[in-house]
Amino acid sequence: MSTPMKTSARDVEDMVKSGDVTIIQRITRVQALQIVLVLFVIVILFSILAPDSFLTVFNLRSIMMNTAIFAVLGVGATFVIITAGIDLSIGSVLVFSSVISAQVMGNLGAEGWTTSLIGLGAALLAGGAWGWLNGFLVAKAKVPAFIVTLGTLGAALGLAQVITGGIDLYEIPVVMVDTVGFGNLFGELPNLVVIAAVVVLLGGVLLHMTRFGLLTYAIGSNPEACRRVGVKVDRHLIWVYIISGVTAGMAGWLSIAFFQQTTMGGNSMTALTVIAGVVIGGTSLFGGIGTIFGTVIGLLIPVVLQAGFIIIGVESYWQGVVIGIFLVAAVYIDGVRRDRAVRGSGRKPGRLQVGGVQLGTQQKEGK
Amino acid sequence: MTTSPILEVRQVTKSFGAVDVLKGIDFEVIPGTVTALVGDNGAGKSTLIKGLAGIQPFDSGEVTFEGVKVNLNEPRDAADLGIEVVYQDLALCDNLDIVQNMFLGREVKRGIPLDEADMESRAGETLKSLSVRTVKSLRQKVSSLSGGQRQTVAIARAVLWNNKVVILDEPTAALGVAQTEQVLNLVRRLGEQGLGVVIISHNLQDVFEVADYIYVLYLGTMVVRLKREDTNPSEVVEYITGGKTNNAGSNGDLV
Repeated sequence: MSTPMKTSARDVEDMVKSGDVTIIQRITRVQALQIVLVLFVIVILFSILAPDSFLTVFNLRSIMMNTAIFAVLGVGATFVIITAGIDLSIGSVLVFSSVISAQVMGNLGAEGWTTSLIGLGAALLAGGAWGWLNGFLVAKAKVPAFIVTLGTLGAALGLAQVITGGIDLYEIPVVMVDTVGFGNLFGELPNLVVIAAVVVLLGGVLLHMTRFGLLTYAIGSNPEACRRVGVKVDRHLIWVYIISGVTAGMAGWLSIAFFQQTTMGGNSMTALTVIAGVVIGGTSLFGGIGTIFGTVIGLLIPVVLQAGFIIIGVESYWQGVVIGIFLVAAVYIDGVRRDRAVRGSGRKPGRLQVGGVQLGTQQKEGK
Repeated sequence: MTTSPILEVRQVTKSFGAVDVLKGIDFEVIPGTVTALVGDNGAGKSTLIKGLAGIQPFDSGEVTFEGVKVNLNEPRDAADLGIEVVYQDLALCDNLDIVQNMFLGREVKRGIPLDEADMESRAGETLKSLSVRTVKSLRQKVSSLSGGQRQTVAIARAVLWNNKVVILDEPTAALGVAQTEQVLNLVRRLGEQGLGVVIISHNLQDVFEVADYIYVLYLGTMVVRLKREDTNPSEVVEYITGGKTNNAGSNGDLV
């Protein structure tokens, strides 16, 4: 009655020494790899169309600088989306944090490193506070993340405007603008990009190598399973939203260093741009899947497209159209991949599988 | 079978509003044996299990574990004692691999980063000790596993943590013939390793294949405890359907 099972020595061997799947392999095996190819093709295309002006140091620098702040936001957004959540408020939290930061630095005289770092602390705190509020409302009050963060999107921007009377703040320490906003490491590498890279690296380590990161995937995958083994799901979710808020605060501080002012009117689309980048980079809106690396690539694509279109003389409005297509395609591919991945779970009874061979749909009837 | 029970339940009750789901249940688990818990839908099997798992604490009655009276007020209490429930819906994370699932909530760290190598080798050893040979790689995502393999991972997780009592809720419900056989073998092996195993099943064929003792629940009362050698499926069916009562066992009266 029972079919002979494939129990070759090889299986046991495979099972025991399966250490051949490294972290790097696990990271690259995902959709991110495909999106790297897309980015590669885009870069080659523009390089051919504009051989003299696209692959220049100046252009690459500006592409990196335009991606830097989005990448910082993308780290937090990736964590949130992996838990199957969403944070629409990051653009507004960026603005709020930069306003608080600028206000604090202005009150301190807007000069020197100490003031700048206090400003950074204020921005991170302000961002973290919004993140905590988002997380608390999502995890404890059980309000859908979409609604919570839609609410704080409006509230954070509104409060920022209330604080300043709707007028942007310009008192930013010169040293901060010169170093963080426009300084370079090794002559050519913008400090802004270096700082963003450090944030991305830290985010990547946290997500891919620590218990916190693993639980982020686990909660996005099956929160009930996590609760049953004693994981404090609510607390973890709150921390994830705090990370999103803190990265938004960081981005706010970087943004005032770069623009030399707060940008209250300029961030209405920021959250959507970042979320689109995260999703294009292979992070699944259904949770449980995603990488920081993919997010960076996903965020580079719109920036590269914009830069390229300008150089080859296509109206840069086309960037929006192309990104829209990419976004829908990315979610479609994710859906297909998911359907293919689910196999023989409890939800689909009756699938008999022995040694990888599909035998049919017999099912043992219970009494 | 003179071993004393590792888990003993005395006169536990549980009500939901006006409905008495458990009306003074006695139940015991002996290490190294497989105990089956059978009964029709609504008999109180799940409620009894949820009580033992600490998910829905009992209203009254006494639970002793290794001879000591214990309180099971939350899942942690049960886990700390070494009582693990493998649920029907398995509670695995689809997007994580086998090792990650087996260590979920109890990850091993080396400083700040996770100690992947250690977890992987321990997971491999556990599966090997259970003679599980059907998974290709320990780094396979659970979503790519068959129902039987998932059940195997869920059971292996219970073993990995040196649990003393493993409770399996309908472990073969959604499985095909060959996979059911696999899982039942695994259940038997758990018993051989000295664990106290409880299996809840609607399938008497499965029950008679693995169980040493059979408890029958009927509408919130424990009707009878049978030794497998001394009974047969049709007798068990009679108890399950209320067609037969056992006053000698006197675990409670039929309603």
